[in-house]
Amino acid sequence: MIKKYLKSACLLVATLLIGGCELALFDPKGPVGEEAKWLIIISVALMLIVIIPVLMMIFYFPYKYRKSNTQAEYKPDWEHSTKIEIVVWTVPTLIIIALSYVTYETSHSLDPRKPLSDEKHMTIQVVAMDWKWLFIYPEQGIATINEISIPVNTPVEFLITSDTVMNSFFIPRLGSQIYAMAGMENRLHLMADQPGTFRGVSANYSGFGFSGMKFKVHATDQQGFDDWVAKVKSSPQLLNKETLSQLRVQSKDHKIEYFSTVGPHQFKQIIQRYTGAHDVK
Amino acid sequence: MSSRPTIVTEPDLIFGKFTSDAIPFTDPIILPVMLIVALGGIGLVTMITKMGKWGYLWREWLTSVDHKRIGIMYVIVAAVMLVRGFSDALMMRAQQAMATASENGAGYLPAEHYDQIFTAHGTIMIFFVAMPLVIGLMNVVVPLQIGARDVAFPFLNSLSFWLFVVGALLVNVSLFVGEFAATGWLAYPPLSGIEYSPWVGVDYWLWALQISGIGTLLTGVNFFVTILRMRAPGMKLMQMPVFTWTSLCANVLIIISFPILTVTLLLLTLDRYFGTHFFTNDLGGNQMLYVNLIWAWGHPEVYILVLPAFGVFSEITATFSRKRLFGYTSLVWATVVIMFLAFVVWLHHFFTMGSGASVNAFFGIATMIISVPTGVKIFNWLFTMYKGRVEFTASMWWTLSFLFTFTIGGMTGVMLAIPAADFVLHNSLFLIAHFHNVIIGGAVFGYFAGFTYWFPKATGFMLDEKLGKLSCALWTIGFFVAFMPLYILGFNGMTRRLNYYDNPEWTYLLWVAAFGALIVLAGIIVQFYQGYVSIRDREINRDVTGDPWNARTLEWSTSSPPPFYNFATMPKIHDRDEHHYKKEHGMAYDVPKQYAPIHMPKNTWAGIVISGFSLIMGFAFVWHIWWMVILGVAGIFGSLVVYSFERNKDYYVPVDQIEPIEHAHLATVNPDGLREMQAQKQNFQA
Repeated sequence: MIKKYLKSACLLVATLLIGGCELALFDPKGPVGEEAKWLIIISVALMLIVIIPVLMMIFYFPYKYRKSNTQAEYKPDWEHSTKIEIVVWTVPTLIIIALSYVTYETSHSLDPRKPLSDEKHMTIQVVAMDWKWLFIYPEQGIATINEISIPVNTPVEFLITSDTVMNSFFIPRLGSQIYAMAGMENRLHLMADQPGTFRGVSANYSGFGFSGMKFKVHATDQQGFDDWVAKVKSSPQLLNKETLSQLRVQSKDHKIEYFSTVGPHQFKQIIQRYTGAHDVK
Repeated sequence: MSSRPTIVTEPDLIFGKFTSDAIPFTDPIILPVMLIVALGGIGLVTMITKMGKWGYLWREWLTSVDHKRIGIMYVIVAAVMLVRGFSDALMMRAQQAMATASENGAGYLPAEHYDQIFTAHGTIMIFFVAMPLVIGLMNVVVPLQIGARDVAFPFLNSLSFWLFVVGALLVNVSLFVGEFAATGWLAYPPLSGIEYSPWVGVDYWLWALQISGIGTLLTGVNFFVTILRMRAPGMKLMQMPVFTWTSLCANVLIIISFPILTVTLLLLTLDRYFGTHFFTNDLGGNQMLYVNLIWAWGHPEVYILVLPAFGVFSEITATFSRKRLFGYTSLVWATVVIMFLAFVVWLHHFFTMGSGASVNAFFGIATMIISVPTGVKIFNWLFTMYKGRVEFTASMWWTLSFLFTFTIGGMTGVMLAIPAADFVLHNSLFLIAHFHNVIIGGAVFGYFAGFTYWFPKATGFMLDEKLGKLSCALWTIGFFVAFMPLYILGFNGMTRRLNYYDNPEWTYLLWVAAFGALIVLAGIIVQFYQGYVSIRDREINRDVTGDPWNARTLEWSTSSPPPFYNFATMPKIHDRDEHHYKKEHGMAYDVPKQYAPIHMPKNTWAGIVISGFSLIMGFAFVWHIWWMVILGVAGIFGSLVVYSFERNKDYYVPVDQIEPIEHAHLATVNPDGLREMQAQKQNFQA
C-alpha cells in the first residue's frame, strides 16, 4: 500500500519536474529571461548549501534528542559555544556575500534601462489604459491595441507609460517587467531570440478589467514583421484625438485593434497630459 | 460588499452618500451571510439578556483594564475575524479554480465582487487577525514575564483594544452597507483615489485602518514603557525572557512605523475628501511617494508580526527541550539587528518601479543581510534542542512545523530580494506563495504555538493536546498543498489578483491549491472544536499548579489564571530563567512573611465609550454625513474631558483580600510552607 503511494508520489514529483521545463520562466525565449532563469537557479543552489543541512537538522535533532531516548547526551545547562556561534554567523554571511556579488552584478547587467547591445534597437511605445494596452511604433508610424509584433534577434526598447492607474508591463517569456505610471516614462529593453507567440500581461492590479488586460506578442522573422506592419498600415482606423478619447472609455477584454497612422508626438502628449504642460490638454 | 456597479450620488444633508441601494438585499451571496450574522447577533444578545449577564460583561470585561482580560478579548476578536478572512480565501481559491475562460464572467464571482474579496482578505488577515493575535499574546504574557502588575497605561490599553474593535467593525459593516475597497490591501493610488474609486469602499478601508492604527500606536507606546520601566527589581535588559525582548523590538517598530501609516492614510484621505493632489496622476501628485510611504510602514509591519513569534518559539523550544536557550545573547542581538534593518529594505517591495540599478542593488543586499540574523535564530533553536530532552507537545509541533516551513519561505524570500530575479517574479503567484509561507509558517504558527502554550496561564485549564496536534498537522499539510502549486504557477507566469484567465495549463494546479485550502479549513474547524472540547472538559483539565509545562520564566510562578494583581509580592530576579532558577533552588513558592496593600487601576467606561464615538465618526466620514461626524468628534473629546476630570481612577487592594487568594494557590504548590508560616504567625500572636 505504502509502496503504491510512494510510487505515485514519485510520479507526481517527476511530472512536476518535467513539467518544470515548460514553465514560462524556465523556458525563456530571449536573453533577458535566460539570464533571469540562471540567476534564479544559481541563487537557489547557493542557498541550498545552508538550507539542506538546516532541513536535515530540523528532523534529526528533535528525533535524536527526543525525551524517550535516554541514551542521548543531556546537558540541561549548556547554552553557549563560541565555535557554533562562529559557524552559524560566518557560513550564512559568506553565502550572502556571494549572493550580494551576484545581486550587484545582475542588477546592473539586467538593468531594464540598459540597451541589450550597441546595435540599433527598435522602439515601441507602450501606454496602459483602462483596461487595454496601446502600442505605438514611432518608426513605423502605426499603433495597435493588445498586440505587438517584433522581429527575432532585434533588441527592442519599450518606452512605457500609463494613461490611467499604475500597471506593470510584463511578457513572462521574454523577461523583466516594469511599472507603467501616468506622467512618467519607464524604459525596458527586451529581445526575442526564438520565434513564437507569447502572452503579455499587466502584472499590477489596476481595477475591475485587470484580468482581461492581456496582449499578444508575435516574434517573427523580418519578413513576418514587415507583413504584420503592412497589415496594420492597411487598417482604416487612425489614432487621433477622437479615437484616443474613445479608447479612454473603460472597457474589459478589449479586442485587438490596428491604427494605420499615428501622430509623431502622440506618446509624449499622453505623458504631458499629467505633467501640466498646457499646450496639449 | 455589493457586486453591482458603484452608486455615486451627491451627498445629502441628512444621509450623506447613503441611499437605500447601498444595502445589497438582492445579492445571492451577501444576503444569506447577512441573515446568518443578524440571527447570530440576535441569538447572542437574547442569550446574554436571558442569563442576565450584561452587568457582568460590562463590569468585568468591556470596561476592564486588566491586561490579561484585554489579551483574551483580542484573541477572541481575532478568531472571529479569522473566520471572515478565511472565508474570503476559500472564495478566492474557488473562483480561480473555476475561472478558466478568456472572457469576463467566468467562475461565479464578477470582478467587482472578487476584487473586494481579495482586498478584504489581505486587510483582515494582517490588521484584524495577525495584529490582534500578536498584541493579544503580548498583553497576556509580557507583564507577567517581567513581574509587573499591569501595563504602564492601563486605560490606554483598553482604549487601544476598543479602537481596534472599531476598525474590525467598520470592515464588517462594509460587507452589508455599501462596499469595501477593491484596490488590493495596500490601496495604491491613483486607483484608490476619488477619480478611480468614487464610492465608499476605499473610505471604509481608510477609516478602519486609521482608527485601529492609532490604537496600535498607543499599544506600542504602552508596551515600550511597560517593558523599559516596569520590570521586577533586578531584571536587567539581558535577563528579559526572549519573548519580552522580541516584543520590545516589535513595539519600537510600531512606534516608529505606525505614524508613517497614519500620515500616509491622512494624505490619501485629504486627496479623497478635500481634493488635494498628494497622490493623484495630475497637478503634481506622485503615486511613487505613496508607494514608498506605505512600504516604509509596511516592511517594519512584517517584522512587528514575526518578531514576537520568534520570541514564542524561543520560550517553547527551551521549555520543551528541558534546557537553557542556546545563544541567548546572539538571539537578542539578532533581533535588534533585524529591528534596525527592517527600516532600510522597504524598496524591495517595488524594484519594478524603475529605480536605478545601484539603488535596487542596495536594497536587495540590505534585504539579504536580514537573512543572516534570521538564520542564526534558526540555528539557535536547533542547538537548543541539541543535547536536550525534547517533548513533543502540541506547541512543540507548531514550532517544528514552523522551522521547516519558514526555512523554505526564507529561501524564496532571498530569491525575491535579488532585483533581477524579482523582475520576473514580482506580483506573481510566486510572491503570494512566498509571503504566505513566511506569514503563515512564521508568524501564524508562532501565534498558535504561543496560544497553546499560554492558554492554561490565561484561562486556568489546558487545551486538548491531541486535537492541537491534529490541527497542526492539517494546517501544515494544507499549507503545502495550497501554496506549493502557487510557487509553480508563479514560475509559469501567473500574476496575482486574477479574476479569470485564458491559460488552461494553470487550472489543475489551482484545483490542487483549492483542495489545500480545504485541508487548512479542516485544521481551523479542529481548532474551534478543540476550544469547545477544552472548555467542556475544563474541570478535568484544570491547571492547579500554575506551571503545567514545568517551564522556565516568571509568568509560570503565578497561579493559573493569575490573580488580577499578578504578583502579591514583587519578585526579585536572579536569572534569565527566573522560575526555573527558583525551582532549582527550592525557593519557587516561598510563602511571604506578610502582604502589603496593592495599588491597582480601576476599570473604566472611557475606552469603550470613546471608541463608540470613533465608530460613529468613522462611519459618518465614510458616508459624508457631516452632522454625524461632528457628533462623533464631539463625543470623543467630550468623553476625554469628562474622563480627565475623574478622580476615582485607582484603589488599593486590601491585605484581607490578597491573603485568601494567595493562600489558595500556595495550598496547592507549597502546602508545608504555608502551614509552617501560619503556625509561626499563630505563635507570634499568642
